[in-house]
Amino acid sequence: MNRVVIHAEALSKRYRIGPIERPMQLREVLTRALRSPLSLLHPAPRETFWALKDVSLEVREGEVLGLIGRNGSGKTTLLKILSRITRPTSGRAEIRGHVGSLLEVGTGFHPDLTGRENTYLSGAILGMRKQEIARKFGEIVAFAELEKFIDTPVKHYSSGMYVRLAFAVAAHLEPEILLVDEVLAVGDIKFQKKCLGKMGDVARAGRTVVLVSHQLNQIRRLCHRSLWLDDGALRQDGPTAEVTAAYESAMSATDSPPAQSAAQASSTAPPAARIVRWEIAEPSAPGASPHTLASLGPVAIRFVLDAPVPLRHAQLELFLYNAERVLLWSRQLSGLHLDSGRHSLLLRFPMLPLRPGAYDWSATLWDDEFRSDRWDSFPSLLVATESLQHPLDELSGPLNLPCELSVNSTPLLP
Amino acid sequence: MAFSGTSTAPLEPSAAPSPLYHIAPQRGWLELRPRELWDYRELLFFFVWRDVKIRYKQTFIGVAWVILQPLLTMAVFTLFFGHLAKLPSQGLPYPVFYFAALVPWTYFSTALLGATGIVVENQRVITKVYFPRLILPISAVLSGLVDFAIAFLILVGVTLAYGLRPGFAALYLPFLLLLAVATALGAGLWLSALNALYRDVRYVMPFLMQFWMFASPVVYPASLVPQRWRWLYGLNPMTGVIEGFRWALTGQGSAPGVLVLASSAVVLLILAGGLLFFQRMEGTVADLV
Repeated sequence: MNRVVIHAEALSKRYRIGPIERPMQLREVLTRALRSPLSLLHPAPRETFWALKDVSLEVREGEVLGLIGRNGSGKTTLLKILSRITRPTSGRAEIRGHVGSLLEVGTGFHPDLTGRENTYLSGAILGMRKQEIARKFGEIVAFAELEKFIDTPVKHYSSGMYVRLAFAVAAHLEPEILLVDEVLAVGDIKFQKKCLGKMGDVARAGRTVVLVSHQLNQIRRLCHRSLWLDDGALRQDGPTAEVTAAYESAMSATDSPPAQSAAQASSTAPPAARIVRWEIAEPSAPGASPHTLASLGPVAIRFVLDAPVPLRHAQLELFLYNAERVLLWSRQLSGLHLDSGRHSLLLRFPMLPLRPGAYDWSATLWDDEFRSDRWDSFPSLLVATESLQHPLDELSGPLNLPCELSVNSTPLLP
Repeated sequence: MAFSGTSTAPLEPSAAPSPLYHIAPQRGWLELRPRELWDYRELLFFFVWRDVKIRYKQTFIGVAWVILQPLLTMAVFTLFFGHLAKLPSQGLPYPVFYFAALVPWTYFSTALLGATGIVVENQRVITKVYFPRLILPISAVLSGLVDFAIAFLILVGVTLAYGLRPGFAALYLPFLLLLAVATALGAGLWLSALNALYRDVRYVMPFLMQFWMFASPVVYPASLVPQRWRWLYGLNPMTGVIEGFRWALTGQGSAPGVLVLASSAVVLLILAGGLLFFQRMEGTVADLV
């Protein structure tokens, strides 16, 4: 049995919500001090919430641990505490070994600096030694496929180039313990695979990795063991197959609405209706995931909606976002009348020409009594169609469209 | 494992014995970890390097600003405060009198303004990666030294051009510079932490810097201040620095001995208080975005 490298006992983190969330105005403090000078000694009671509640865990050397849970379940908070970015409110932890954390892509990148300069800067911020960066520099540039542009300021890069370089630097970070938050979820699928491969190498090299991801496939591929965080508390800790299965069934179970609905948080009235799941209705192939789109043809998306009470004059809005949370498409539907019970909503598209990657559905619903629901899709829509992007095209938008180009009516060969 | 580069390579993280980190809620007032600062010296260097690099990247005449800024200010001061207002200059030619004050003052004000903003400017990095936050204000104060070095060479040139010859007094210059660095860092620690908590600081800074400049002997000699207020005046560490600079460079006037001693004591207090305050803020700044 390998030695324990992360040992955490009863970690909890409380955040204040309300005024502290934005930087305070001196005025507020001064007026408060003038009204009652003693109040400065007793900070005004603020609404607080516990982002992490009593989480204990142990990770052994060489283990690759997955962290799963809904948005806001405390995954990132746990990573931030373990990487010492923020302190726990109570509890303690011990970590043996150099820790590297990847909480975003391109940490420390500066637009005015060249690719080379940013590689050194970002590498140093992520915790690499200058020597180490110098040694790996050629490898990093080759990995990013940016040999020609390495001395160009990154503000002239396309977003694809930028992300590739940022990834390449991050992927070459080799601390003893690596904490990764979702950073592999952007970039095109080809590059994602490359990064996953690199992560797999890191894991096989005996380094300890804690990985947060919404993409359960990534977790299944990389992690032996997983933790499921629910509402800041540890819900399950065990072999990845078991934990992800339990998590998935809880997420898709219709009788566990809190898993998918944010209604309670946004309104006091009970929601009039809620979307309980979505799936690709067409094309459907036996055995294929109902959330992965693999062909560039007609598509039908089904949303299943549960209405405990009849809906009158309801307004429904559907949104499709990409991984960077850019709105790509939306559709509004007003004057919706539905009886109580289960309903199916079908969206038909002649095609969904999206570049390969992860996308998210989102919906909002109001009825005339202001009972509302806001719903973020789970799981993501994975587009895995063949990329039609020209290999030399660095500036690529969100669309994956077949295109023929002619010059003076002479078709250009691809 | 192939090492390219020099033989003085630091140990690879994997080759060094694994450190043990303790994570716990913040307790007590001061948890200085000088060892850790030393471990992060390379990152400190990179922050300084980034600062210097970016500062003049998009400017047309680049580093020439380092020389132009104090030179133009000197010209304005010489004309208005010198020739028109006829303020005394301890018998020094006006250009030397003002430039000898403006070079340390420009360094100080750049360093202090830089340090004040640096935590807020780097909030993104702060919320994504751990490093001792203290290296941010330190890097701001150090990066100003590059500009200072260039301006200082011009200052020496100007002094020599006016036929003034510094004597042994010039040996005090490194100490005076250190005093200016420590003042900028000490005040910078306070202000950068305050700035992270209250954005009002940004609006206060222009007034503060202006006030501080007039409370320092930049446009007038310290001897203009009545004797019975001198002690109060000496509490401003930049008084000792600027008077000291004039004296050490030109060899004229008297050594600001008592002033410098008082200044040093005050700086130590500001620095110690700043460290405490910064450390208190450090634990929460990542939560304040």
